[in-house]
Amino acid sequence: MRYPFPVGAVDFIQGDEAIARAAILAGCRFYAGYPITPASEIFEAMSIYMPLVDGVSIQMEDEIGSIAAVIGASWAGAKSMTATSGPGFSLMMENLGYAIMTETPLVLVNVQRSGPSTGQPTLAAQGDLMQAIWGTHGDHSLIVLTPATVQEAFDMTIKAFNLAEKYRTPVILLTDAEVGHMRERVYAPHPDELELIYRKLPANEEEANYPFGDIHGDLVPPMPVFGKGHHTYVTGLTHDEKGRPKTVQSEIHEKLIKRIVEKIEKNKKDIVDYEAYELEDAEIVIISFGIVARSAMRAVKELRKKGIKAGLLKLNVLWPFDFELIERIAERVEKIYVVEMNLGQLYHMVKEGANGKAPVELIPKIGGEIHTPKEIIERIKDNLRWG
Amino acid sequence: MAKEIYTKYKMAKYLRKEALPTALCPGCGGGTVLNAFANAIDQLGIDPRDLVVVSGIGCSAWIASPYFLADTLHTTHGRAIAYATGVKVGLPDKKVVVISGDGDLAGIGGNHLIHAARRNIDITVILVNNFIYGMTGGQVAPTTPFGAITTTSPYRNVEHPLNIAETVTSAGASYVARWTTFHVYQLIESIKRALSVKGFALVEAISQCPVQFGRRNRMKTPTEMLRWFQKNSVPLSKARNMSPNELEGKIVVGELVNREKPEFTEELNSLIEEVSEHYGLGDNNAD
Repeated sequence: MRYPFPVGAVDFIQGDEAIARAAILAGCRFYAGYPITPASEIFEAMSIYMPLVDGVSIQMEDEIGSIAAVIGASWAGAKSMTATSGPGFSLMMENLGYAIMTETPLVLVNVQRSGPSTGQPTLAAQGDLMQAIWGTHGDHSLIVLTPATVQEAFDMTIKAFNLAEKYRTPVILLTDAEVGHMRERVYAPHPDELELIYRKLPANEEEANYPFGDIHGDLVPPMPVFGKGHHTYVTGLTHDEKGRPKTVQSEIHEKLIKRIVEKIEKNKKDIVDYEAYELEDAEIVIISFGIVARSAMRAVKELRKKGIKAGLLKLNVLWPFDFELIERIAERVEKIYVVEMNLGQLYHMVKEGANGKAPVELIPKIGGEIHTPKEIIERIKDNLRWG
Repeated sequence: MAKEIYTKYKMAKYLRKEALPTALCPGCGGGTVLNAFANAIDQLGIDPRDLVVVSGIGCSAWIASPYFLADTLHTTHGRAIAYATGVKVGLPDKKVVVISGDGDLAGIGGNHLIHAARRNIDITVILVNNFIYGMTGGQVAPTTPFGAITTTSPYRNVEHPLNIAETVTSAGASYVARWTTFHVYQLIESIKRALSVKGFALVEAISQCPVQFGRRNRMKTPTEMLRWFQKNSVPLSKARNMSPNELEGKIVVGELVNREKPEFTEELNSLIEEVSEHYGLGDNNAD
């Protein structure tokens, strides 16, 4: 089939546009959204592209309805996505939990802006990290990816769909207004270059009877999508392997939730992704993610020029979180700096990972502007001078 | 005893037997609505494999899931219609039915109800209106009659109830009807019509909740509540000649609207055809 944008070619596009194009290449054929800055361009691109690839993009009455429709379409068998920003993300939290509980594959893009509340609609922030991981109530797990460039936004959107389908889970693409609105050079692969994953369907009627049973021993049940005559029963209530509500049996609840958490946790190696720059001999390590990791990269290069042994760990996946990796780094460095556009969220996770093996210091910034490399360098140099 | 019911009750084939007997209170109108729905499906000869039934939260949501044997999506509170929208767009050839309560669909989910009716998406909604939040213990609902006693309006309800059927009619639905659990045959006929109409269809089924509503409002038994429905119901044709004062506290029953209008998923599909014709991309493999 043809695509309504260049494939196997380079283009110069916004992050939001890249996410829309990548979603379509990944096989997304249902999008439901509600307008919100700075994510609306994803929706607008989807509205143009979807009918051209035999897909559907619809506007719902709010973000609650958007994610609800996405879950419904996913059970109808379609790869589905929605995108939003802080205020809409907050509204989606309950149904995100439903998607986790019912093991519904979907991709939820959060193009972060400053919060809380309406905050700074057009400016970037990284204040939704904890919400992305822990925003919905109850014990749970999910996958959170975070891009730093428009190319990464493109590539990680495809990865997000693959992970969602592979592990039957919602995947959050946590980006921000800078990446979303910035134009950069992007290579869009030709479909033949792509490896796309589709959800495991039941092989037979017997398998279809266990939509929530670990019948293959890989913690991921086949998904008996609607319309095939399976009489699948899907509920957000605690349910047994057949999907039947069992709301007071503690062992059934424990078994279900532990499997949902473990299917992510035990596949951490497959999911976790990061970029290590000059880490081998580093004495000082910056840990960062998203757009601000690019400032941190520049800062590391400048510090190296000045003879300071700095390195960068740029996280591409924020959940599941590789606490052991952080500890291994902490064991051989003098100090860890966490650079993030909030008042300290990744910082707490890094501190837990470092496990006291190295001091961890936060370099925070809020207000909508990215840290400049200079700000990061100055802060580190100040410490070296006095430390 | 339960097994005997399965052999004698003709509609048992449409139910998930392992989920029976139902968790509904004795005398609840939910069973009547379930029975009416099953009969409608049976009379129309709809294969349950061609059905997706979606519900929200509350007693009436349980009518659909777990009790009905089809693909069922038991969703979050108030959002059933939004979920059903995704299902219907994904499976336009299937019958998508939402069965849920007044608090769920017209209270917390009221916005989805209005906008689905506006879009005129081909979803059949059976809204079971029992005037109360039953499952949580009998709290005041957006449908509770003025002056009624509930656990959160223990002195009297100072709010006025929402006229759901009229609201959905104004919002643009293809089909809207209202009956009570006293009018079982009319209810079945209306559900059949709602399932056959192309477009958004709402059947408001006024239903008795003797435990949480009747008991606190001088109608302790299911029979008293059904008598109240019988006495208070006014056919639409008669209601048209009555003044607002005369209609105060009455239940207007009948078919409010049955009209042909463009349907949402058909519009989406013809849009896809139009767009491919005008801006068509053809096939990569062709060159």
